[in-house]
Amino acid sequence: MSFLNGIAASSGIAIAKAYRLVEPDLSFGKKTVEDAAQEVERFQAALTASKGELEVIRDNAHKELGADKAAIFDAHLLVLSDPELISPIEDKIKTDKVNAESALKETADMFITMFEQMDNEYMKERAADIRDVTKRVLSHLLGVQIANPSMIAEEVIIIAEDLTPSDTAQLNRQFVKGFTTDIGGRTSHSAIMARSMEIPAVVGTKESTKQIKNGDLVIVDGLKGLVHINPTPEAVAEYEEEHRKFEEQKAEWAKLVNEKSVSADGHHVELAANIGTPKDLKGVIENGGEGIGLYRTEFLYMGRDQLPTEEEQFESYKAVLEGMEGKPVVVRTLDIGGDKELPYLNLPKEMNPFLGFRAIRLCLEEQNIFRTQLRALLRASSYGNLKIMFPMIATLDEFRQGKAILEEEKQKLVSEGIKVADHIEIGIMVEIPSTAVMAEQFAKEVDFFSVGTNDLIQYTMAADRMNERVSYLYQPYNPAILRLVKMVIDAAHKEGKWAGMCGEMAGDETAIPLLLGLGLDEFSMSATSILKARSQISHLNKKDMEALAEKALLMNTAKEVVQAVKEATKLSSN
Amino acid sequence: MVQKQFKVTAETGIHARPATMLVQAASKFDSEIHLEYKEKKVNLKSIMGVMSLGVGQGADITIIAEGNDEQDALNSLEETLKKEGLAE
Repeated sequence: MSFLNGIAASSGIAIAKAYRLVEPDLSFGKKTVEDAAQEVERFQAALTASKGELEVIRDNAHKELGADKAAIFDAHLLVLSDPELISPIEDKIKTDKVNAESALKETADMFITMFEQMDNEYMKERAADIRDVTKRVLSHLLGVQIANPSMIAEEVIIIAEDLTPSDTAQLNRQFVKGFTTDIGGRTSHSAIMARSMEIPAVVGTKESTKQIKNGDLVIVDGLKGLVHINPTPEAVAEYEEEHRKFEEQKAEWAKLVNEKSVSADGHHVELAANIGTPKDLKGVIENGGEGIGLYRTEFLYMGRDQLPTEEEQFESYKAVLEGMEGKPVVVRTLDIGGDKELPYLNLPKEMNPFLGFRAIRLCLEEQNIFRTQLRALLRASSYGNLKIMFPMIATLDEFRQGKAILEEEKQKLVSEGIKVADHIEIGIMVEIPSTAVMAEQFAKEVDFFSVGTNDLIQYTMAADRMNERVSYLYQPYNPAILRLVKMVIDAAHKEGKWAGMCGEMAGDETAIPLLLGLGLDEFSMSATSILKARSQISHLNKKDMEALAEKALLMNTAKEVVQAVKEATKLSSN
Repeated sequence: MVQKQFKVTAETGIHARPATMLVQAASKFDSEIHLEYKEKKVNLKSIMGVMSLGVGQGADITIIAEGNDEQDALNSLEETLKKEGLAE
């Protein structure tokens, strides 16, 4: 038995067999074969096996994802029966007496190049289909297993270097009990996904894919950030007990689902949820969210090959607004760029994407994209309590421009006779230090602030949050960050506005006492963190936390702050 | 040999799904079946061949069948084209 240390990205405990989701080694050498007829037979056997696999995948996809998504596998199957591909491969084996692997690779590469050179975007993408299919046949020729996440039919723990959005979309929630990755942090995509899927995850273990083999028994401890490989029966028993306790604790928190979030001395705050799609609403309601503090609209734009239409967007926004039954829903306008790319926009690669052409900067330039989204939002506004938030605002001028465009679209809709809500609050995300510093001036014009801590911390500390080697600088409790947060909250309150927070920090048990003390009005977090936070806040005295926060602002290091929080919360929760 | 000309009416032209359906339909017959567009002729039983033509809306295409079941093949393909609203 051995174990790996990582970052606890999503709480809970999972015990299951390992399933590796990694790129297989499909390398081979070019060889001459004696018996060409036998080689052709070997090739045909690999084709048959690949087709069998694809049929199962297609049928699964049909059941789970619908006919649209399954159609791609029909096309893959046809490629494997394509006479223009198969005959040249068989001819090559027979006349050149080469092994099937190289005949397949050389022929397929010819087609891949042909499709890649076409001037039509759609055709270019077909090259990827051929590559995909070739990989499958090659794996059968080489006797190497390739991962088929959509075919998983037993409880597993996914082992991967990292998980992309398209990987996670293929995972069957029924069977995937947890996962562990080599890279990533608490705010990486894989971590956010795990929390929204409510499955335990440990990320950033560096070595998961190296040390864990398919079928190894694995324990993912998403509470302590540990991964155990082939544990002893005693360890398994211990963890089963811990798992039971965790479930009990969750049941205890669940009793708070219809309660308000109130501190021990009667101060009310709002606990809201961060969501990515209307599908996440179920989790928000089950976890007693008092609103949506951040609806990340970019998922509407991702995983497709063209922009979503106004109508598609309208339907999604309307579904969320109606689902929340009048509770506040803060929708963030498109935040693309940085680590979130949209291939179909054909944006040039940048040296520093996090400091580049992204979010509101892109929207103010590509106004047709922005206006379509705003129209969809405005049309949906009459179905609930909509608040609109612009991301990455650095200057008052950007906010004014965004607001002016919004007003224009609103007037157009009204003149077309379309119903738009009377008063829609317009706010900004505070994630750039200049905006936090200028919060007093902003507060006169915006209706609310929401602090986006993930980016605010990376910009304040000048530390790329995707870079493992500077991850020690990701310091939410650094007094520098606390001071910026205080400036934002105080500025809002001075103008009678509200201040929220929608970064990871808002759901963090060490940060919550400080934020309560600083006077934060709204805490928006992963839905699964809400009940725990509500329970925590009910044990805290706001007056005591104010004193704690005041002390913390004057401290020298993040470490001192964490220590002070530990001491203070022990006192006030007794 | 039998052949017939069609005009593509589908907005997306003959891409992905329509191409899949046509190739599936053609593969059921023994006859040699070809698709001709802009003087390029491809095997209609080859998905890659059909897609490589990049047939768009408004294109004039010809389907040519030759073999013992050529008429049945042509009729069946015509039916697929019309039923799926691809061409007339």
